[in-house]
Amino acid sequence: MTGPSVGLTVTDLHAAHGRSPVLHGIDLTVPEGALACVLGPSGCGKSTLLRVLAGFHPAAAGQVVLHGRVLDDGRDRLAAEHRGIGLVPQDGALFPHLSVAANIGFGLPRSQRRARVAELLELVGLPGLGERRPHQLSGGQQQRVALARALAPRPRLLLLDEPFAALDAALRAELRREVAATLRQSGTTAVLVTHDQDEALSFADTVAVLRDGRIAQCGSPDELYHRPVDPAVARVLGEANLIPCEGAGGAARTAFGPLAPAAPGAVSGSGLALLRPGQLRLTAEPVAGAVPAKVLGCDFRGHDHRVELRPEAAGLPEVLVAAADRAWPVGGEAYVAAVGPVHVLPGA
Amino acid sequence: MTTPAVARRWRGAGLLAPVAVAVVAVVASPLGFVIAQAGQAGWEQTRRLLGRPLIATLLWHTVGLAAVVTLATAVLGFGAAYLVERTTLPGRRAWTVALALPLAVPEFVRGYSWVSLFRSVHGYWGAVLVMTCSLYPLVLLPVAAALRHGDAAAEEVSRSLGRGRLATLWRVTLPLTRPALAGGVLLVSLYLLGEYGAFAMLRYTTFATAVFTQYKLGFDAASASLLTLVLVALALLLVALEAWAGRRARVVRHGALARTAPPVRLGRWTVPALAGLAALVGVALGVPLYALAYWLVKGSSTTLPSASVLGATLATLGYALGAAVTATLAAVPVALYGWRRGSRPARAVERVAYLTRALPGIAVALAVVYFAVHWARPLYQQPPMLVAGYVVLFFPLALTAVRAALAQVPPGVEEAARSLGTRPLAVLARVTLPLVLPGLGAAVAMVGLTASTELTATLLLRPTGTQTLATEFWVYTSGLAYGAAAPYAALMVALSVPSVLLLTRRALRSGS
Repeated sequence: MTGPSVGLTVTDLHAAHGRSPVLHGIDLTVPEGALACVLGPSGCGKSTLLRVLAGFHPAAAGQVVLHGRVLDDGRDRLAAEHRGIGLVPQDGALFPHLSVAANIGFGLPRSQRRARVAELLELVGLPGLGERRPHQLSGGQQQRVALARALAPRPRLLLLDEPFAALDAALRAELRREVAATLRQSGTTAVLVTHDQDEALSFADTVAVLRDGRIAQCGSPDELYHRPVDPAVARVLGEANLIPCEGAGGAARTAFGPLAPAAPGAVSGSGLALLRPGQLRLTAEPVAGAVPAKVLGCDFRGHDHRVELRPEAAGLPEVLVAAADRAWPVGGEAYVAAVGPVHVLPGA
Repeated sequence: MTTPAVARRWRGAGLLAPVAVAVVAVVASPLGFVIAQAGQAGWEQTRRLLGRPLIATLLWHTVGLAAVVTLATAVLGFGAAYLVERTTLPGRRAWTVALALPLAVPEFVRGYSWVSLFRSVHGYWGAVLVMTCSLYPLVLLPVAAALRHGDAAAEEVSRSLGRGRLATLWRVTLPLTRPALAGGVLLVSLYLLGEYGAFAMLRYTTFATAVFTQYKLGFDAASASLLTLVLVALALLLVALEAWAGRRARVVRHGALARTAPPVRLGRWTVPALAGLAALVGVALGVPLYALAYWLVKGSSTTLPSASVLGATLATLGYALGAAVTATLAAVPVALYGWRRGSRPARAVERVAYLTRALPGIAVALAVVYFAVHWARPLYQQPPMLVAGYVVLFFPLALTAVRAALAQVPPGVEEAARSLGTRPLAVLARVTLPLVLPGLGAAVAMVGLTASTELTATLLLRPTGTQTLATEFWVYTSGLAYGAAAPYAALMVALSVPSVLLLTRRALRSGS
């Protein structure tokens, strides 16, 4: 196909567990070959969404369309085995009674198995491990095999259900990069479900924030991080300082003084200015627009320090979070200044 | 499983290992006695006895029956377990109990109920019918537990890879339940090897009935013990096979919780499925209950042996309770040893203890007789002999129950108590035992109720003049006095019901 054609389209999707509704009208579009991510806290319905897409949970209403083919419209449902949608569950769920090669070859016709299995072992970086049993592999290797197994029949869509959750932090980041690269290389359309915002931001082209069974916002990671539609989305994507502000002739007036808005155009009425921790600068001496604050806590994070402060000025939240280059003594004084431009959320 | 570091800290409690080893040595000693006894026959006699066509016939009878019954119980057990655990079958909980309850009918009582109602039920097909109805719950329960606790993710992955529901059932679900299936099938075949009463009633000869006859009628000890040796060898072979089959499917799970599968919609298959299960329960549970009711009503008009029923019940419960308490107490050190230390010797000791479940009742009984005759003459035909027989026979059952109780103890509490300055024995008394006490109670109940319906060893080991429910029942049915036998049978069934319910609950709660 040429150009970015539409891969997956979900329209006004409703689903329920028994009598309690879980999804209330999901709209989601994933272009072909794109990596999408559904981000949300546990219990928000993201696993149910994934299971509806895979065909293990019925839609109550709405439509799921993949490459122009209706998979589920609330009445007729295509069986999971006929959808051509691959699945990588949370902990891999390798078949413990089969070798690695047999796991990868499970969904392939017998004649293609040998060649394709070797190709996939190569792709996920495990050549020569085909004869191993799942219990002889490390957690990361198991996830790679699960990915290879799902990719083997060349699915038109791949679903990943928190596939890195069981791994330790360093391995998680590494495997995430690898998997993203593998998927881009094979041109697979994929939907990843996670509650980890780092994972969502670094993995996907499109992130959809799911909240209480609805998509709160959908967009590129950059868009979501810097231009969230409401305070909750702002917090889901990372730590956020939300400062009350007033629109005043093309600038947002805050306790830190006037700040330039990120989007061109006048800011009107009252709103909330979003300041990420990196946008707050700490100084020992007062500077223009700086607000005095008391240091409540300081955590070393390797690349920077996370400093919690209580501002001693009106019109600011009780606690501010800043990212600083150096450690600040707890209980000491600091001056906080804000660096624009800021994204302004309407209405406080 | 304890880590080596933790194990080292427990060296202080040095008494545990020798006690555990001693208990297991006693429990496993019948294996040695069987060999010693058979050795007395001498080489020439051995060759003559084993070369007889009788051996080939017995082998053929035993293996031929075991093969068909095992297959039938595997199919019925798996099918019923799948229906109650994985489908939208109405009333699944009630069906589970109804399907497990046939375990409460001892095999010889089931044999009696068929033989007394239908003259045509006997021989090979009679044995297949009676034993299949009796034993399929032994497959059903572990498979149902495996299906209930197994993760649905593997099945969903199979579906997402384009395999339909049936292909997934065959290629994923069945292999994943194989350890449970193998365990159940092993129990079935061990019961088949050891069964005497039902086969005697159905006039079908196997190794166990031949041993009994040789011993009881001919008093041909050497011949009986040689046959026993073959029987035990068969049983050990089965245990080894099961260990091999169970080992090959190791399940890897880490991190996340297993999610249960949404039930499969039966749709228009609901009525056939219900009819199938109803037929199974009707044949396995309805027929014995009908027979008991029929003979109770019919028998009460002729005889009413109430005094002897009461006496037999008390004797039965007394012996069973004595054996249950002894077996449970003996199982505690063995279970503790295995639980505290995952070390190789500890596991070996436990494994040998479980190996004794391969010993049929008749082998245990003959070993106890041999021991009493040679080394403890005054005990011969005295109450301790029967209790000892029960203890050896039901030790694995007690061990499983105690182990299940210990599994509920949070790991680390013993170490926590030690670190607070408590000595090992005080830790046992103040922490561990109070935690497992309900479990020990369940173990006693389980072993006691099971022992109260034991027939084979009881017939051989009971003290002179003592009558238990099983032996009284046996005396009456041997004289074809079906009506007089009915109250004893009904009491045994009633006594078994609580332990079956307990077993069902425990089996379905734990993972395997």
